[in-house]
Amino acid sequence: MQELAQQVVSGLASGSIYASMALALVLIYRSMNVINFAQGEMAMFTTFIAWQLVQQGLPLWAAFTATIAVAFVGAVLLERIVIRPVERAGPLTIVIVTLGLLITFNGLAGLFWGYVIKSFPSPFPAAPINIGGVAFSSQDVGIILVSLASLGVISLFFAKTKLGLAMRAAALYPAASQVLGIRVSWMLALGWGLSAVVGAISGMMVAPVVFLDPNMMQGIVVYAFAAAVLGGVESPLGAVVGGLILGVLLNLLGTYVEFVGTDLRLAVAFAIIVAVLLIRPAGLFGRVSVARV
Amino acid sequence: MAAAPLLEVSDLHASYGEIEALHGIALGVERGAIVALLGANGAGKTSTLRAITGVVKTKGTVRFGGNALNGHGPEDAARLGIAHVPEGRGTMGALTVWENLMLGAYTRRDRKRVLGSYERVVGYFPWLAERKKQLAGTLSGGEQQMLAIARGLMMEPQLMLLDEPSLGLAPIVVREIFALLKTINARDGVSILVAEQNTTVALEAATHAYVLETGRIVVSGESQALLRDDGIRRSYLGY
Repeated sequence: MQELAQQVVSGLASGSIYASMALALVLIYRSMNVINFAQGEMAMFTTFIAWQLVQQGLPLWAAFTATIAVAFVGAVLLERIVIRPVERAGPLTIVIVTLGLLITFNGLAGLFWGYVIKSFPSPFPAAPINIGGVAFSSQDVGIILVSLASLGVISLFFAKTKLGLAMRAAALYPAASQVLGIRVSWMLALGWGLSAVVGAISGMMVAPVVFLDPNMMQGIVVYAFAAAVLGGVESPLGAVVGGLILGVLLNLLGTYVEFVGTDLRLAVAFAIIVAVLLIRPAGLFGRVSVARV
Repeated sequence: MAAAPLLEVSDLHASYGEIEALHGIALGVERGAIVALLGANGAGKTSTLRAITGVVKTKGTVRFGGNALNGHGPEDAARLGIAHVPEGRGTMGALTVWENLMLGAYTRRDRKRVLGSYERVVGYFPWLAERKKQLAGTLSGGEQQMLAIARGLMMEPQLMLLDEPSLGLAPIVVREIFALLKTINARDGVSILVAEQNTTVALEAATHAYVLETGRIVVSGESQALLRDDGIRRSYLGY
């Protein structure tokens, strides 16, 4: 029983990382109908920036905050400069551009910081914490709390603020939003900024666990794709729930099903993508859209 | 010399890619007027409205309250006080009634008076208050059209452009909507330019009308005169 509880919490910790990355993907997918394949590499790159700031002597939480600001501004500029020119060129063009960004960020990180893995300081204490007589890793609990808090802030922003409402409207109804005076194209840029912030937070949360190197987010992004597909790629709530389910499921399978172990976790994620697309393409929370032909 | 009309359009061309949809249109909307823009499917009614607010590429001049509108996008038209209720209403089905209404006031700087506008809009459409938490997509067609008009009013516009508000609605609902438009026009002084295929209803509400045919204005005049003129009625209004 105790082991099960620990495994579930540990699964929720990795799940909340998948959930955050999946949300970052969904935010952009909803407004542009494309998956930003560079999302993981952007998260990795910003995590390196945080590492650099810590190396320069900044306190950890100050470095976190500064990195979040850099991620937001950087991603808004990136959208304005790189995506804007191809905004109307159709999904395939944008996908190719994001693939280009993936390679660029990976290469730049290698160029600046090298491919030798680095340890990233954890903001959480090393000692386990006791909840109801069971010892849990503080790292796991911290990751869950920080990720869920950031997801909570994002959803409050979308639900309760005028700007958040305008961003939702611009994503779903660009033409109708435009005639109401909403600058749709800027809303897309803000969406990139927010996604990058969510990505940066998950990068910084996961880096102490997986260690920092230019390829650190690649596996995680695959799980995030699986989470987004599972939850419904148009649904932010679905992304979060999908991520948590996936994290727990993979962890329990890895622990209790011998032949899965750690080696087949990725295969399970792909199997989930295929199964969801076959059985329920809209995902758990997605609406089935019907196109009139 | 008479005061310049609120909206003044001259030699307006609009094109979609290589195809020109409007070939030099001139029209005006006086302050406080209701003007109808009539014509068959494909005559250019929607294009005219879109050209005025800058949704499509245009050549020519559009002046609104003394400002040149050309070269600006629809976002700026909204900021200057033109509420465009687009073809197919543009209600946002996945958002609630309340959210739709608040988005209508998106460009306003006088946040404190937005609630006042809401009260006034609810005065015209009392059911909006009871159903403000409902998703707009669950409303009937007529209700969605009314919501789109209400959302336009939340902007406190000087001019409303309506694109076929009667489309797909039962005759009794259409009459209700046009009666409301007349009330809004009379009480709040919102000028209205309404594109319609439903000629009779539109002419009865409007003071002035223009008839479009394949991207050109072929007839214009007082609505009452157009209604009485059998020749015009038979050739252009089709009944």
